[in-house]
Amino acid sequence: MELLMAILIGVLFTAAVYLILSRSLIKIVIGTGLLSHGAHLLILTMGGLGGASPPVLAEGVTDFADPLPQALILTAIVISFGVTAFMLVMAYRAYAVHKTDDMNQMKGNDEHD
Amino acid sequence: MINLLLFPIIIPFLFAILLLFFKENVMMQRIITVIGVTLGLIASFFLLITIRTEGVQVVTLGSWPAPFGISMVSDMLSALLVTTTLIITLFVVIYSFTSIGTERERFFYYPGILFMVTGVNGAFTTGDIFNMFVFFEVLLIASYLLIVLGGEKKQLRESIKYILVNIVSSALFVITVAYLYSVVGTLNMADISVKITEIGQPGIITVIAVLLLIVFGIKGSIFPLYFWLPGSYAAPPIPVLALFGALLTKVGIYAIMRTYTLFFIHDTGFTHEILMVLSILTIIAGCIGALAYFDLKQIIIYNIVIAVGVILFGAAQMNEAGISGAIFYLIHDMLIKGALFLLIGIIIYVTGTSNLRKMGGLMKTHAPLGWFYLIAAFGLAGIPPLSGFIGKLLIAQGAFQAGNLWGSIIILASSLVVLLSVMRIFIYAFWGEPVGLPKTERKSYAKLMIPAIVLVVLSILYGLGTEWLIPYMTDATDVLLDPSIYINAVLGE
Repeated sequence: MELLMAILIGVLFTAAVYLILSRSLIKIVIGTGLLSHGAHLLILTMGGLGGASPPVLAEGVTDFADPLPQALILTAIVISFGVTAFMLVMAYRAYAVHKTDDMNQMKGNDEHD
Repeated sequence: MINLLLFPIIIPFLFAILLLFFKENVMMQRIITVIGVTLGLIASFFLLITIRTEGVQVVTLGSWPAPFGISMVSDMLSALLVTTTLIITLFVVIYSFTSIGTERERFFYYPGILFMVTGVNGAFTTGDIFNMFVFFEVLLIASYLLIVLGGEKKQLRESIKYILVNIVSSALFVITVAYLYSVVGTLNMADISVKITEIGQPGIITVIAVLLLIVFGIKGSIFPLYFWLPGSYAAPPIPVLALFGALLTKVGIYAIMRTYTLFFIHDTGFTHEILMVLSILTIIAGCIGALAYFDLKQIIIYNIVIAVGVILFGAAQMNEAGISGAIFYLIHDMLIKGALFLLIGIIIYVTGTSNLRKMGGLMKTHAPLGWFYLIAAFGLAGIPPLSGFIGKLLIAQGAFQAGNLWGSIIILASSLVVLLSVMRIFIYAFWGEPVGLPKTERKSYAKLMIPAIVLVVLSILYGLGTEWLIPYMTDATDVLLDPSIYINAVLGE
C-alpha cells in the first residue's frame, strides 16, 4: 500500500511540476493545487498506513491508526484551500489588468536600467 | 507557567479582528492599530524581563504535557526578535499614516499588518515544527495581501511570482515536516532534538537538514534562492517594503538558526559547511547586485541579501563569538533596514523618482534628511561606534576562531561594498547640482521624518548601549549553543 501511495504521490508531483512550469496562469494555479495534494498524501503515508482501530484508548487495542498525520493534513488542506482561492482571484485580476495570462509576457522589470 | 509569552501574538491578532469592523473609518483604524501594537510592545518588554530573571518560558496549550500538545517556547532570542518586530511595526505604522494613502488604508491595510505581525511573532515563539509551518502561512497570506494591495499593474505582475514561489516552498516545508515526522515520530522541537541525539543523526536526517535549509532559504533569501526577492520587494509601496525587508527574511533566518542549533548538531562538518559556503556566496551575490543598480530601492534590497549572508555566516560558525555576533547583527539589521527603507522612502517622496541619475543636490534643500541618511548608512556599514560594528566584529572573531580565514576576510570586505553602495546613494542624491523637485507638501515630509529619525536614533542607541545589552545577548547565545537548556525548559516540567 505504501508503494502504491509513493507512486501516486510521484505522479501528482510530476504533473504539478509540469503544470507549474507551463506558461498559462490558470495551469500554474492548477499545478499548485496538485502540488499541495501530493504533499498532503505524503504526510498521510509518512505517518505509516494501516491500523484498523480508531485511536481511542481502550482495552486490548494495539493496531490503532496514528491520529497526528490526519490532524496535520486537516490543517494543511485548509491552508492550501485558502491560498488557492487567493491565487485564483489574483490570477483573474492579473489577467484583467494585463490582458494576458501568458507568464512570458509578465516577466521583466520596466523600471530598472 | 505563565501566558505572558502569548500576548505579543494574541494582542495584534485581536486588534486586527477589531479593525475589520471599522473598514471606512480611517482615523479609528490608525488609533486602534497604534494602541494594539503599543500594548503588544509593552507585553514583549515584560516578557524580556521575565525571561532575563526566570529563564526560558514555556506554555503548553491545553495543558497537554510537552511532546504531545503544542508548546510555545520563548527564549531570549525569540523574545528579542518579537520585541524588535513590534518596535519596527509601530514606526512603520506611524509612517504609513502620511505615506500609504487612504485608498489602501480603507482596504484592510492595517489589519493586514497586524495579521502579519501575529504570524511573525508566532513563528518566533512556537516550539512545534508543524505549528511553525502554520504561523509561516499566517504571515505569508497576510503578506500576499500587503504586496498586492493597491492592484497596480506592476504589483500584480510581481506578486503572482511572489505567491507562486512561496506556495512551492510551503509545499516543500510540509513535505520536509512529513519526512521528519516519519523518522523521529514527533513534532515538538525539543523532543525532535532529543530523538535525533538518540539516533545520532544518520544520513536521512542530514537530507532533512538540507531540505529545511532549502525551505527556509527561500523565505530568508540565501544564495541560489534569492532570485524572487529583488523583483517582488520592489513592487509594493515603501512602508510595506520596509516591513518585508525588516521582518520577513528574518523569520527565515531565525528558523535556520533555530533548527541548525537545535536539531542538526551532530554532523556539523557537512550541514554547517554547506550553510557557510552558501552564506558567503549570498554575500557575494548581494554585493554584485548592490553595486549593479542605479535604483534606490534595488540597492537597499540587495543589502538585505548581503545581511542575510553575514548573519548566517556567523550562525554557521557554531562557536560563542559567531553565534552572539549573528544575534547582535540580526537585531541591528532589523532596526537599520527599517530606518533605511523609511529614509529612502522620504527621498523617493521628495524627488518623485527612485532613479539615482535623476536626483541631486538634496543636501541644500533637505539637510536633516541627508544627515540622518548618512548616519543610517554608516550604521549599516558598521562604522564604530554605531550598531553593526560589534556584530560584525564578533562574527569575524568567531570565524577566525573556527579557522575560516577566507570567510571572515570576505565578511570584512563586504562591509566596504555595503559602504560604497549606500554612499553612492548619498553622493548621487545629496551632492551636486540641485535638480528641479516636484512640488511636495513640506508638512507631510516632516511627518514622515519623525518615525524614521526615531528608528535611526534607536539604532544609534543600540550601538552605543552594547555594554548594557550584553547580558541579554549572552542569554540568547547560551540557549543556542547549549540545546539542553531549551530541551529542559520544554520537556523538564
